[in-house]
Amino acid sequence: MTTFTINGKDVTVDVEADTPLLWVVRDELRLTGSKFGCGVAQCGACTMMVDGMPRRTCVTPVGTVDGSSIETIEGLEGPEVAAITAAWEGLDVPQCGWCQSGQIVSATALLREIPKPTDDDIDAAMAGNVCRCATYVRIRQAIHDAADSMEG
Amino acid sequence: MTLQNRRQFLATGAGLVIGFALPMKGRAQSGAAAVMTKDGVGAATFAPNAFVRIAPDNTVTVMIKHIEFGQGPFTGLATLVAEELDASWDQMRAESAPANDDLYKNLFFGLQGTGGSTAMANSYTQMRQAGAAARAMLVAAAAETWGVPAAEITVADGVILHGDSGQSASFGEMAEAAAQQQVPVEPALKNPSEFKLIGTDRPKLDTAAKSNGTAIFTMDVYRDGMQTVVVKHPDVIGATVISFDDTEALKVKGVEAVRQIPQGIAVYATSTGAALKGRSLLTVEWDMSKAETRSSDQIYAEFSKAATRDGGIVVEETGDSGTAIKGAETLHEAEFHFPYLAHAPMEPLDAVLELKDGKVEMWMGAQFPGIDRGAVAKTLDVSGEDVTLNVMLAGGSFGRRAQTIPQIGLEIAAIAKAAGGDGAWKLVWTREDDLTGGFYRPLTVHKLRAGLDGDGNIVGWENTVANQSIMLDTFMDQGNSGGKDPTSYEGSTNMPYDLPAKRVNWVRMQNPMSVLWWRSVGHTHTAYATEVFLDELLEKARKDPVQGRLDLLSSEAGRHRAVLERVAEMAGWDGEKVKGDRAYGVAVVESFNTYVAQIAEVSNVDGLPRVHKVWVAVDCGVAVNPNVIRAQVEGAIGYGLGTALFNELTLLDGGEVAQKNFDTYRMLRIHEMPEVEVAILKSLADPTGIGEPGTPPIAPAVANAWRALTGQAVRRLPFTAAGA
Amino acid sequence: MKRLILALGLTLTGPALADTVNGLKTVDEFSAIESESERSVAVFQEMMKVIESPRCLNCHPRGDSPLQGDDMHVHMPPVQRGAADFGAPGMYCTTCHGSQNVAFATGAGSIPGHTPWQLAPIEMAWVGKTAPEICDQLKDPARNGDRSLAEIHEHMAEDGLVGWGWEPGKGRTPAPGNQQVLGELVQAWIDTGAMCPES
Repeated sequence: MTTFTINGKDVTVDVEADTPLLWVVRDELRLTGSKFGCGVAQCGACTMMVDGMPRRTCVTPVGTVDGSSIETIEGLEGPEVAAITAAWEGLDVPQCGWCQSGQIVSATALLREIPKPTDDDIDAAMAGNVCRCATYVRIRQAIHDAADSMEG
Repeated sequence: MTLQNRRQFLATGAGLVIGFALPMKGRAQSGAAAVMTKDGVGAATFAPNAFVRIAPDNTVTVMIKHIEFGQGPFTGLATLVAEELDASWDQMRAESAPANDDLYKNLFFGLQGTGGSTAMANSYTQMRQAGAAARAMLVAAAAETWGVPAAEITVADGVILHGDSGQSASFGEMAEAAAQQQVPVEPALKNPSEFKLIGTDRPKLDTAAKSNGTAIFTMDVYRDGMQTVVVKHPDVIGATVISFDDTEALKVKGVEAVRQIPQGIAVYATSTGAALKGRSLLTVEWDMSKAETRSSDQIYAEFSKAATRDGGIVVEETGDSGTAIKGAETLHEAEFHFPYLAHAPMEPLDAVLELKDGKVEMWMGAQFPGIDRGAVAKTLDVSGEDVTLNVMLAGGSFGRRAQTIPQIGLEIAAIAKAAGGDGAWKLVWTREDDLTGGFYRPLTVHKLRAGLDGDGNIVGWENTVANQSIMLDTFMDQGNSGGKDPTSYEGSTNMPYDLPAKRVNWVRMQNPMSVLWWRSVGHTHTAYATEVFLDELLEKARKDPVQGRLDLLSSEAGRHRAVLERVAEMAGWDGEKVKGDRAYGVAVVESFNTYVAQIAEVSNVDGLPRVHKVWVAVDCGVAVNPNVIRAQVEGAIGYGLGTALFNELTLLDGGEVAQKNFDTYRMLRIHEMPEVEVAILKSLADPTGIGEPGTPPIAPAVANAWRALTGQAVRRLPFTAAGA
Repeated sequence: MKRLILALGLTLTGPALADTVNGLKTVDEFSAIESESERSVAVFQEMMKVIESPRCLNCHPRGDSPLQGDDMHVHMPPVQRGAADFGAPGMYCTTCHGSQNVAFATGAGSIPGHTPWQLAPIEMAWVGKTAPEICDQLKDPARNGDRSLAEIHEHMAEDGLVGWGWEPGKGRTPAPGNQQVLGELVQAWIDTGAMCPES
């Protein structure tokens, strides 16, 4: 049994402790916004916030998040994610869309720490999130736009 | 597809729309009704044809016959309908059409399918007609309701208006009355000069759901009692199961069964985590007798040996190239090697199938849904009508889901069949399954030779291409191919340049490796081989890469010329290939009837090209949505660039694929993405493809810049393997 | 617990008497060397077998990127050292590395983990350096994290992240020896004057 909060709700799941958190959230809790892309922490599609920090959940055994607070794309809140989401929509960033939840969680984490990131900051924070459609031009611009909108 | 065929298809298409455009009261008996009822059309919803639905809440939903995996048909096809309907963009919605080869066929293919960058091109007239028909019926309904002449009624921005009487109505208010009207046989279409929505940036209809986690893809589908299934596939393509031991796998909590299917060993579990853990504990003994056990190096060697000047069959010939080259002042020769490539869509392949009382419902990102539906029906021994396939949003494809052999349909059906009863199953492939699962871009060898006269003019050009065929011996091969598969060499033929003597040979290679079209198909290698080899020839002749190409372009190549001149202007091309630590390379390629020229700005970072900026000029006919066109070009450049720099699937000795995940088959990442500046040429020509044509020019443009910068001619991709 | 298991393993193999443990000579192997300074140098050269292991070098890199794997390739995905040798805002080491090694669910191999998981500071870089250079660096408080020799011993003999080098998870070769033998070597090196080799 593992107990944690997900998007503010307490949950207890009865799964093997070594089950990756990603599959618990998708298969057991039916929150499907976080995606499976590689299973080996190479693509970032599965990124969630664990205790406020971004985490690749395909390599996070559920047993290690006992007592933690998890946020997924469905429940992420705050001015940064609101600004990021608005910028994403404003620039039509997604193409296929599969990686975008992870991109948005990572970008939110970046903006929470660096409200006005440089291109180098964006490279450093976002290089772990693969977009096979290569929407990177717009991801970069959307992060800048989000930062600008929060400043204004 | 010839022009003649295309015209026939379009004519058929027009009839199709009208044929299914039945008034409400007649629909109960129609084939269309089944589709519509099933998808929840209410009694008050106006559905003039298979594509348009206008609900009382004033939303207009367009049934999109092409799968949406990022290339934009939801938005693009809805734009075509909205334009002729004079709808407000805010009221437009898009929904995926289910598998139905009659209703939703690609007019170029004759069956439902997405590929060859045809979504917009084949839908352009059909979707506009669908919108125009609906508009005419709304107007007729308003005229009847208000007792005014239809000619006095205008429609703009989603409002039906009779100016003289001041009466107006929304589409939703007039929907029920419109459903009682006669369907117009030949609804008038706008002149392109009257377009209001077409040609302007439209926000995409699927962006919001893809930015907040609510978009539902195949892997997000859950059914009551569903088992998740992962399959242990062979490590070597073509290997088959001799025996397996599932003792340990069955001990895993949640694993409910392990069964042998033709594709491997299937693990059935209550969750994905359990299924994966079970699979990791299987031991399988494989029969290698039908497997490809050679290494990539051995395959290259075989292909290279076969790619002789006279090898295979002649697929294009002008003049006497042999004599011309023999008499030339300078002979130039080059051999290019292109590896097997995986498409690696972000959503690994998957499918959901539910079997209940002889009826099958499926959810799948199928690119040829009718083919998968047929495969499932055959495997499960039910009729095609008993199989409903919901075409889902797909997390990328790049050709992978356009299966010449319905690999995923067959596998999910085999899983259901092996279970031996009613139930629901979700097949999930891992990235390892994806990269090692075959259906690759064909490994290809090009051998080129050309002769220059004393003035540096090309007097003869010869190109032999050796690779496997994608289409021959599949359902795409209609028996009229004459043993030729243009997707193997397209682009090495029909070059836009005036070459006085030219010959192209194709050598069909055969081995157990499965191959498939990969974003821009033959152009993935032919554009590189021809545009790099040509650039080398121009260099030998001391000619400017841009002016040299312009001088060579034939009189019919006006659209090539226009994009090339435009891109040179954008990049401020002045003939200097190297400026400081930056170099500039150019390529111009037509694919899928779209013309693209690119100039890449490249520097040398730790021995590999770093691409800083790419200027692009594109002519794809009428630019239905410039926003989507720019996005597709940006993405296509990133896709092509990452592949050229990093990607190859290498077969080790024994045939095992070396690259199993993104750590070694590595994707372009954000810090490697160049700035992209796109110019879309103004055109009134019918729209052509945009999903693929941005890809072919980037690799040769970068290679040409790299050669200018370093002197190194990269003849083997990727750049990392070439020792760049 | 980890050390207990290690100790148990050592007891079973009889470490005190063994010539070598997992490719690393024990301290008593050097007792025949009469000159204390020569013995010190010899012991340090033995320590180098551990220091030069990919398990140690990969996280003592010269530049801004850690290395990975027995072939010591640049870390993929690309990550940066960051201000605190702990990654960059938005992608700290903990974005992927948890408190324990985790075997991949989908294929071969594992992702390593430990708390903390981080790089050695850049002044402690070892990659590409010779034994004399590393030896001098180890003794230089400006380049060893302001550690005394006793604290160097503690780092080598007790630190959990150093200890991970012998339990690196599926797909990685452990460092030679074990942490106890290394600790004994470091202590012997210090006790003999912490001499550095000349080449």
